[in-house]
Order: sequence, then structure tokens, then C-alpha cells
Amino acid sequence: MSTIAIHDDHNHDHHDHGHHKETLISKYIFSMDHKMIAKQFLITGIIMAVIAMALSILFRIQLAWPDKNFPFLETFLGKWAEGGRIKPDFYLALVTIHGTIMVFFVLTAGLSGTFSNLLIPLQIGARDMASPFLNMLSYWFFFMACVIMMSSFFIQTGPASGGWTVYPPLSAIPTAIPGSGLGMTLWLVSMVLFVASSLMGGINYVSTILNMRTKGMDLWKMPLTIWAFFLTAILGILSFPVLVAGVVLLVFDRSFGTSFYLSDIVMGTNILPNEGGSPILWQHLFWFLGHPEVYIVIMPALGISSEVISVNARKPIFGYHAMVYSLIGITVLSFIVWGHHMFVTGMNPLLGGVFMITTLIIAVPSAVKTFNYLATLWRGNIRFTPAMLFAIGLVSFFISGGLTGIFLGNASLDINLHDTYFVVAHFHLVMGSAAIFGMLAGVYHWYPKMFGRMMNAKLGYLHFWLTFIAAYLVFFPLHFLGLDGVPRRYYAFTEFEFMKKWLTVNVFVTWAAILAALAQVAFLFNFFYSIYKGKKATQNPWESNTLEWTAPVEHLHGNWPGEIPTVYRWPYDYSKPGHDADFIPQTVPFSQTMSSNLPHDFEGNEEAEKIQQDWELANPVAENKG
Amino acid sequence: MSLRKFITNKTTAALAVLLTVFANTSAFAQDAAAAAAPKAVDMGEVYKSVIFYVLVFLAICLFIAIVGKAIRVYELSREAQGKPVGINWNRVHASLFALFLVLGLYGVYWEYTVHGAMLLPDAASIHGERIDKMFNLTLIITTIVFVVTHILLFGFSYVYKYSAKRKAYYYPHNNTIEKIWTIVPALVLTVLVLMGFLTWRSIFFKVEDPNNKPLQIEVTSEQFKWSIRYPGADGVVGNKNYKLTTATNPLGIDFKDLNSRDDEMADEMVIPVNKPVRLILTSKDVIHSFYMPHFRVQLNTVPGMRTVFEFTPTITTREMQEKTNDPNFKYLFYCAKICGSGHWNMQKDVRVVSEKEYAEWIAKQKTYLNDDLRKQFNLPVAPAPVKSVADSTAKDTTAVKTNQMALNK
Repeated sequence: MSTIAIHDDHNHDHHDHGHHKETLISKYIFSMDHKMIAKQFLITGIIMAVIAMALSILFRIQLAWPDKNFPFLETFLGKWAEGGRIKPDFYLALVTIHGTIMVFFVLTAGLSGTFSNLLIPLQIGARDMASPFLNMLSYWFFFMACVIMMSSFFIQTGPASGGWTVYPPLSAIPTAIPGSGLGMTLWLVSMVLFVASSLMGGINYVSTILNMRTKGMDLWKMPLTIWAFFLTAILGILSFPVLVAGVVLLVFDRSFGTSFYLSDIVMGTNILPNEGGSPILWQHLFWFLGHPEVYIVIMPALGISSEVISVNARKPIFGYHAMVYSLIGITVLSFIVWGHHMFVTGMNPLLGGVFMITTLIIAVPSAVKTFNYLATLWRGNIRFTPAMLFAIGLVSFFISGGLTGIFLGNASLDINLHDTYFVVAHFHLVMGSAAIFGMLAGVYHWYPKMFGRMMNAKLGYLHFWLTFIAAYLVFFPLHFLGLDGVPRRYYAFTEFEFMKKWLTVNVFVTWAAILAALAQVAFLFNFFYSIYKGKKATQNPWESNTLEWTAPVEHLHGNWPGEIPTVYRWPYDYSKPGHDADFIPQTVPFSQTMSSNLPHDFEGNEEAEKIQQDWELANPVAENKG
Repeated sequence: MSLRKFITNKTTAALAVLLTVFANTSAFAQDAAAAAAPKAVDMGEVYKSVIFYVLVFLAICLFIAIVGKAIRVYELSREAQGKPVGINWNRVHASLFALFLVLGLYGVYWEYTVHGAMLLPDAASIHGERIDKMFNLTLIITTIVFVVTHILLFGFSYVYKYSAKRKAYYYPHNNTIEKIWTIVPALVLTVLVLMGFLTWRSIFFKVEDPNNKPLQIEVTSEQFKWSIRYPGADGVVGNKNYKLTTATNPLGIDFKDLNSRDDEMADEMVIPVNKPVRLILTSKDVIHSFYMPHFRVQLNTVPGMRTVFEFTPTITTREMQEKTNDPNFKYLFYCAKICGSGHWNMQKDVRVVSEKEYAEWIAKQKTYLNDDLRKQFNLPVAPAPVKSVADSTAKDTTAVKTNQMALNK
């Protein structure tokens, strides 16, 4: 074991890190400690996820039983569900807010915000973020965005209801749908705050990773989690401002009478004065963020699963460099594929052809990542911790959802699949379920680091299996609805003869969704119960190599007592032949592991290679290693 | 903490109550069954109440908690006796993954055969057949990849489960393998991209056949209905200007444009088979999407913009009714882009008929231009017979009519 680990084991009990007094407010509310901010992001994210999930159950109930009354709905929703039946307007509001919360608040802020904040300083060996104050602001902007978004449920006209992509003119004209009144204004304000939060976070992550790595931690020794967070942050910094630009123009159109997105519009017989704008402009601006956004959502999840799979397969991640290059490839390509959301919007067909080519190219790095995961599992020694189960689930969803992307990325196939349930099924698997599973894998894996206690593994198992099975039961059949030409965002399937055959499928899917939702109770109970009552965690419960597990279990402001450990090797030396333990932490110098060093480890350092050769000559037993 | 006490005392009490209730009811039920024919109890109201489901859920939670405790007790007793760990969870999960693989693959097969048989019938248009071919090729490739990768994923999970006796194989990279699985997907995708690109081009970049000019049909969307405009005898749909929209001229047709004057309205879209149709799509208010899945046609209708989609129907409605064995079959188009509260019911019928039937049908349609609009546009109120003459010998009279109008101007 490394000297630092020994040092920690003996010293943390007596360590008193009280050089500045912490009050309740500075510790738990306006905290500038990255670990506390990570927990704030996580818990807010979980609460938002529960809300969004509840919304989805409400509209699933409507889809399954369009002709039944549910009096309890009226109790909760009042005039939006008069007689116990959800109204069409409110149905669209539910769909819209479900999407917005899940994409932005849960899978962007809840995922990146939690794990970038927690892991970046801990895994690269920094005392905190580059700018702790900005970090705190980032959380509080996010919190305000959440509050404002939710407040739209308490206004007369209801929340925004033009779909999470809020295409104008529907979202720009209050008479088009009630939700485009005050609700839409709140949506836009919330989104501006959210983007500000994301930018503050992103800039912080990038500058911390670039400037504050500990001694020895060069870029190619960073865990894949850090690479993923780094590239995600860059994506966010480059694409989110474009969304703000779009949002500001929409605010102008809505509130100040400009015509950026509006032209030639007649509501009934009321001719609107707007002239010269184009609704397609919004789609370009929105998807210029929107497509990178789905990678903002999935890349941290992929980073987390790389780490979790490697640790629990007790095997180095296969093709570390290829993993990084494919992340970089995804990052670059994701900026030039946004048009595949617009194949049938009337965009010039020539552009459609170009975007199809770039879109299908992006499948190559994704395929490389998948194969590398499979190769990592091959001949591993797999421990099925809850985190590992979720990481394997992620790979499965990533494959299933990724493959259907090949259909949708093909412009000619998209003609018939666009805006159908096929799309719904596709993205719920590849960015919904996969990213959520990445997030849950992260929660189970780093829970001991966050709270100093372990979550209950058996409840984790139950949670995994129920969620995994239910998610497939929900989303797999939906592909077929799409292939039959059933459009998404339909309030009921009752008015079309050909859709009636899908009503039973809808009932089934709703029950599966309810099962999935109830399975989360196992997680929520486990999560909150274990904060207080979980088994006390050891310092390195998963026998992992990365730096965060060399920090003491007790949280210190500054992470490590004394000096920050130095890094000597890459983070994936698991089951290295010639070494007695099946893991070698990054802080162990090669001089302590002479029996397991490989020529490759020295990266062309001739002096070190010579020392190793001399040692091997002196100790011939170690020669016959793989 | 008090939480534990709360759980132990209150929940055991609740459990006891539940158990008693359950035991009693089942006992009663048995009694009743034993006594005579069971009385049918109307449970409808019970199934509707929320509290029923909450109770069911709590009972399930309780059951799970009991199972959890039982496992714990079992493990602790094994530990106390110094025996090896009670349940090898790694083996349990490995087996579950193997089981999931088998059941999952069966489920996929079931979905493909059962739900796969409930899909749209074969494409009823020329380009649609190409799209279907493209789709089938993609489906075959992706299904193979899907099955193989899942067998590997869950297979590896099963085979390489944890064993204390074994050490994982240190295998950080292999450039050859990595190159192979970069290049192979790239090649496969190149094929798909190329074919997709050619299909896409053939749909949107058509060379017009001068002998078979497409029939123009304009479709205008608004919340929540469609309006169809046929071009009339001149074969050209006339200009529109949204500023001319009034209650009597809901589409804002500009009747100063001569091409507009013979434009006809229709309640359904009737198109002749094997003749190209050029759809001109516009929208009055918000974005809608013109979606006609049987023909593999979809394009958004955007306010302030004309979008155009050309296709050639190949199967008449009657032929499709025979083909699908469904006498009620009908083609439809409907809205696929969220457009407001009526989005879910915005449809119109489509009928594909023979050339002859089409000619008969189109002759019966009324023009948009009526006497009210003539007054509004300062046009002479035309004598009624013009239309009937136009029906019998379409081409000549139109020519005459246009000439006359041109003279008038």
C-alpha cells in the first residue's frame, strides 16, 4: 500500500481541520465546498427526477385509460383534470415539463453537476474547484431555475406546453395554446438561469482540470470520468450560449413585438403583424445546442460507466486511448449533426443529405466505445456491485438505443419515423435510460465518498433488476407504435381506427412504467436511509485505483490532510501480473512495484527502463509474467 | 434513531393487522365457498380507490422487507456457524443476466413477430418502396449487431463472474483489434450512408417527366384542421397572401391571380393512381406536420414558407383493402408535429382511385371562388354554366376562359 494511505489511516481521527469556522449556513446552504455542492446538485436532481417521473405517470395513465375517470387526479390537479380526466392542454404541459426537467435539470445538472463537482477535484488531486464561489453560484442559479420552472404549475394558464423543444410560433403566440402565456415566459426565464448555471459550472470544470492537477497527473493519466466531464464541459460552454441567444430572441418576439421567428401568421382570421422572420431559425439555434446537449447528457454517464466497469471487472479499461479519442470524436462531431432533427422541416434537402453523412459518422466512435466495454468485460473477474449492474445496464441501453439511431439518422428513413413513437423509444433508451443508469451507477459507486456510508446492496440489486426490466418493457414496444405511424404527443389514440390496436399495448406500457416508478422507492429509501443509518464506509471500499479513494472518509475542506498525493501511473492497473494485490493505486510509484512493471509503463524514459532491466536481471523469477 | 423503532413497532403492528385481515377474509372466503356458491362481491369501487393501491404497495414493501430480513438472518447464521457466505450474489446476478439474455431474446423475437405483424402495410408509393428496402437492410444489420453484442455483454457477465481463485486477464489494449472494430462499423455505415443518400436524392431531387406532369395539390394546415386546394383545370394552384385572409376567404387566396380563379376545394384528398402528385404544403398559424405514413410521406407545414413533397401513389384504396384483407381500410394523413390541444385529432381521408374515377370526382368539386368573393375582389359575377361546360371538355374551355380573362384584364 502507498505511504499516503497508511498516513491517512492513522491520522484522520485526530485531524482537526478547523481553520475557519463553519456555520450551518456556510456548511449546508451557501457552501463553497465542492463535495457539498455536489450533494446539493444530486439531491435537487433526485427531487426533480421524482417530480418528472410523477408527471410521466400522469400522462401514461391518460394514454392507457383515455376513457376512464380518475377522481384522485382532480383532487391533485383541480381544473386541469376536471371530472378526473386530464385535459389535452394539460397533457401537453405534462409532456413538455417532463422532457424539460429530465433533459436539463436531471440529466444535465443532476448528472454533470453532481459528479463533475464531486470527482474533478478528488480525482485530479485538487483541494477544490478553481473558483469555489462561482461553483456555489452555479448551484444557486440551478436551484432558482428549478423553482421558477415548477412555479409555472401554480399559475392560471399552466406551464409551457409546446413540447420541450418549444418550437415557435406555437410557443410564441399565447392564443395558440394556454401554456404559451405566462408559463412559457417562466420557462424561458428558468432556461436563461439554467444556462448561466451550466456555464459557470462548465468554465469551472475546464479551468480546474487544466490548471489544478496534482503532481504527475498529466492528461493521459486522468481517469476516463475526468476526460468525459472535461469534454462535456467544453461542449456545454460552446453550445449553451447559442441556446441563450435563441431564447433571448424568443423573449423579444413574445414580449416586445419583434419578428425573428414569426411571419405570415393568421390565428383564425386574426392577421398578426409580424413579418420577415422564420420559425426554422429557432430550430437551428435550438438544435445547435440541442444535439450537443444529448451528448452532454450521455458522455458523463459513459465516463462513469468506464470507471465502474473497469473497477468491478478488476481489469484495465480496454483501449484507454481509443476511449478518449472516441469521446473527442463525439465532441467534435456533435456540433455538426444538429440538422438531423430537421430533415422534414422543409430545410433544404441538400443540407439533409450532408447532415445524414455527419450523423452516421458519429456512430463509429460510439461503436468503438461499446466494443471496448465488451472487451473490458472479457476475461474479467466481475463483481456485481449495484454500481456494476447499472453500468452493464447502461451498455445494454446504449446498444439498443444507439442502433435505432441508425434508422433515424438516415434522412430517407426519418421521413416516416420523424415525430413518431419510434423517436420516443429511441431517445428514452439511449439518452434517457442509459444516462439515468450511468447516474445511478455513479451514485451507488461514489456514495461512500459522498456520505461516508454504504448503501444497502440488496436493495440496490432489487432496484436494478426491477428498473432494468421495466425500462425495456416500457420502451421496447413503443418502437412498434412508431413503425405503425403513431405520432408522439397525442393526447389519446381513440380518434384513429388503426391506433386502436395499440390501446392494449399502452395499458401494458403504463403498468410497466408504474412498476419502474415504484422500483425507485427502493432507491429513494436506500439513499436517504443510508445517509444516517448506512454501514460505515472504509476508505477504499471498491479497491479502486483512483485518487479520490486516498482521501480520508471524513470530509475535509481541502480534501487531503497534509500534502496532496503525487500520481505515478495511469488509473487502470487492475490485476496486473506480477503484483500481489489485484489493484495498484495511482499513487504507488513504479519503484514499489518492480515485479509488475511493463516496458510500456515508462513511456520511453530510458533511464527508468534501464533500472527496470537491471532489476529484472537481478530477480529472474519475475520474468515469466504475461 | 427513532425511525427504526417506528418501523419495527408500527410496521409489525400494521403487519399483524394486515395478516389478521387477510387471514379472516380468506377464512371467510373458505367458509363461504364451503357453505354454498360464492357470493359475487362488487369490487369495482375498491379497485378505483387510491387507498387500495397504496395499501397493496405497502404490503409489497413489507413483504420485501421481510424477505430482506430473512436473507440477513440466514447470512448471519451462516457466519455464526463459520460456514462460507450464504448467498453468492455474484453467481445470482450472473445467472440472472444469462436468464435475462434468454428471455430477452425470446421477447425480442416475440415483439418482431407479433407487434411486427401489426405495422403499416407495404408502401403505397414509388419512393416508399425504396424507403422500405432501405429500412429492411438497416433492420437486418442492426438486428444482427443487437443480438451479437447482447449475447457478448450478458454472456461475458455470466462467464466471467467473480471468483476468488481467479485473477482477471490484464489486457489494456490491442491496436489491431481496435482498428478492426473502428473500420468495420465505418465501412458498414458507409454503405448505409451511401444508400440512404441516394434514396434521399431520388426523393427530393426529381427530374420532371414532361409527359407525366405532377398533379398539384395544396394543403394548408391550421389549428386543428386541413384545407385542400386542387388546381382546377389549368393545373396550377394560384397565389395566396395571408393578408387577404377573411372569414369568407379563410386561406387568403389571391383571386387577382388568374390561376386562383378555378382552384377547387375538397373534403378529402382524392388522387389518381400512378400519377405523380406534387404536394404544396403551407400553414396558417403554427407549424404542423403533414404525415401520410402509408405513402412514406412527411413534411412539416411552416407558416411563411412553402414546402413541397412529390410522390407517386401505386396502390389504389380498393387494392389495399384487398391486400390487407380489411374492407374498412383507408389511407389517411394527419398531423405529426405538436401544434396545440387538438393535435391528437387532426386528420383527413385520402383516396387513391383510378384515373377515370378521379376525373368523375374532380368534376363534382366546387371552386373556392364564389359570388361573395367575386364582389370582394371586384370581379364580375360569372354565369353559373361556365363550370359545367368546363367539366365536359376541360382543356379547350379553360384555354378560352383564360384568354377571356386575360382580355378582361
